[in-house]
Amino acid sequence: MATLQLLNSFTLAALLFLVASGFTLIFGLMRIVNLAHGAMYLMGGYVAYAAATASGSFLAGVAAAVVAVALLGLVTQALLRFVKGNELRQVLLTLGLALILNDAALVIWGGDTFSVPTPPPLRGAVQVFGVLYPRYRLFVLAVGIAVLVLLWLLMNRTRLGALIRAGVDDAETVEAMGINIRLVFVATFMLGMALAAVAGALGGAFLSLYPTADSEILVYSLAVVIIGGRGSLGGAAVGSLAVALLSTFGQVWFPELAYFVIFGPMALLLAFRPHGLFGRAT
Amino acid sequence: MSRSKTSWIAAAVLALAVVPVVLPGYLTSLATLMLIYALLAMSVDILAGYAGRTPLCHGAIFGTATYVVMYYVTSAGGNPWLAMPLGVLAALGVATVFAALAVRTSGVYFLLLTLALGMIVWGVCQRWTSVTGGENGLRGTARPAALADPQVFYYFVLAVGLACSYVMWRFVRSPFGLSLKGIRESESRMRSLGYDTTRHLFVGFLFSGLMAGISGVLYASFNSFVSPSTVALAQSVKGLLMVIVGGVGTLFGGVVGAAVIIVLENVVSSFTERWSMVLGALFVLTMIFAPEGVVGKFRSFLARRRKP
Repeated sequence: MATLQLLNSFTLAALLFLVASGFTLIFGLMRIVNLAHGAMYLMGGYVAYAAATASGSFLAGVAAAVVAVALLGLVTQALLRFVKGNELRQVLLTLGLALILNDAALVIWGGDTFSVPTPPPLRGAVQVFGVLYPRYRLFVLAVGIAVLVLLWLLMNRTRLGALIRAGVDDAETVEAMGINIRLVFVATFMLGMALAAVAGALGGAFLSLYPTADSEILVYSLAVVIIGGRGSLGGAAVGSLAVALLSTFGQVWFPELAYFVIFGPMALLLAFRPHGLFGRAT
Repeated sequence: MSRSKTSWIAAAVLALAVVPVVLPGYLTSLATLMLIYALLAMSVDILAGYAGRTPLCHGAIFGTATYVVMYYVTSAGGNPWLAMPLGVLAALGVATVFAALAVRTSGVYFLLLTLALGMIVWGVCQRWTSVTGGENGLRGTARPAALADPQVFYYFVLAVGLACSYVMWRFVRSPFGLSLKGIRESESRMRSLGYDTTRHLFVGFLFSGLMAGISGVLYASFNSFVSPSTVALAQSVKGLLMVIVGGVGTLFGGVVGAAVIIVLENVVSSFTERWSMVLGALFVLTMIFAPEGVVGKFRSFLARRRKP
């Protein structure tokens, strides 16, 4: 029983990490809180569902989701150019976008619940640690870990990563050194969008897709970022794990108040570290 | 206050007082709804405009009061008059928790935190089906029998609204309200002047939550129905948009904003079911073209037209 819940937590954490890492990078680097991130996840999921059922290929679904959400990301960036430099206006603008996208999804796909069809090799269950566990969820866990490693390598071993890290600390100085920080911004934003789309496609297969899924994912991502701190990959990983553990075990112990359970530690943390575990004051 | 301002306010109050006499029943109920939302918008403005902390949790505070009234009257069979203070108390309780967590943050962090807190309330209302009825919500008459007549109810809401507006107006002009403004301008300077800024913000937040709770209680009496969409983010967004439309930091601008948004919502809803999309689009457009308030923008536009 406990093993099963632990595995569930880890797989949920992997999914949350996919969503939240993009969210936290965009927040950290560009100072943009993209409240449409949850809507991007949902859009990615719906597009993946539509493409995967039409083509019969899971990969095609994921690819379609990435392309569609990247396009939405471009539109978002174009709109954000109008309110450059004003954090509050940027956040509220993305909030408006989130409402539009959510309603658009309701128009296109209606209020029913969908699941992205999983590819045949990932169906069924395997024996791990003495419990029978769905293969697909283990696959999501593997993807989450792979993305964590890749992102770590990107951030710590490449030029782009160094620029992103420098930008998180002080974007103006980076620009003054002759680097086109705007390109770095666009790259980071697109990376975040792609991660949200992939998460939507992967999550759409085991959490299923429904009209309020975007809000739920957004709250989870916010909790992850509030716990982990802005712009920190390690923080996103730790935060995802914390939120996933709380949410999974919360659902077992207090089925109706599971949502409430992520609230406690968040409150405690805020009382002592308002900028999150790995965040820095600005 | 200048004499012309006084006469303007007197005229506005008089106009509001004759609404049920001149307008047909449907429009009177629309005006009632407008007054309830005006109260919510003003409560948001106290934080957004005066303390410089933009909140996205007032829908949740408002909705908590609505839920408590509905639950107490329809599920627990309580007295509808007694339900009102209970609803306000519940809202105040929620506001206390929110305030305790949020007052140490500012700017975008404040917005995010209040957003997350508000959504937790929404999540609880959605899942705690044994109490909240889940997606189906709670239905039933929560209005005291003495207020059953829509005209009487309108006057009741108007009286409560006017009393609350007066209290809020006094609040923002009081020395305490001025120190909130000081915190908005420069928190570090206020702190070095010896003000306990955290406590000031905490009390400001509570007061704002109290007003939001009162409007939520009125909403329960008005609507006789509550569902998770009452506490959803869209509700907070609507309240904030009313403030922005009416002008941030003007208090009574919220009344104008509420009137504009409520009328618009009704007009749009009679043509299409896509109100949520329209609300989102309005938000995006307002942020791009008139972040300092649609009314102010319009006024400066008129002034520019008149000048040459």
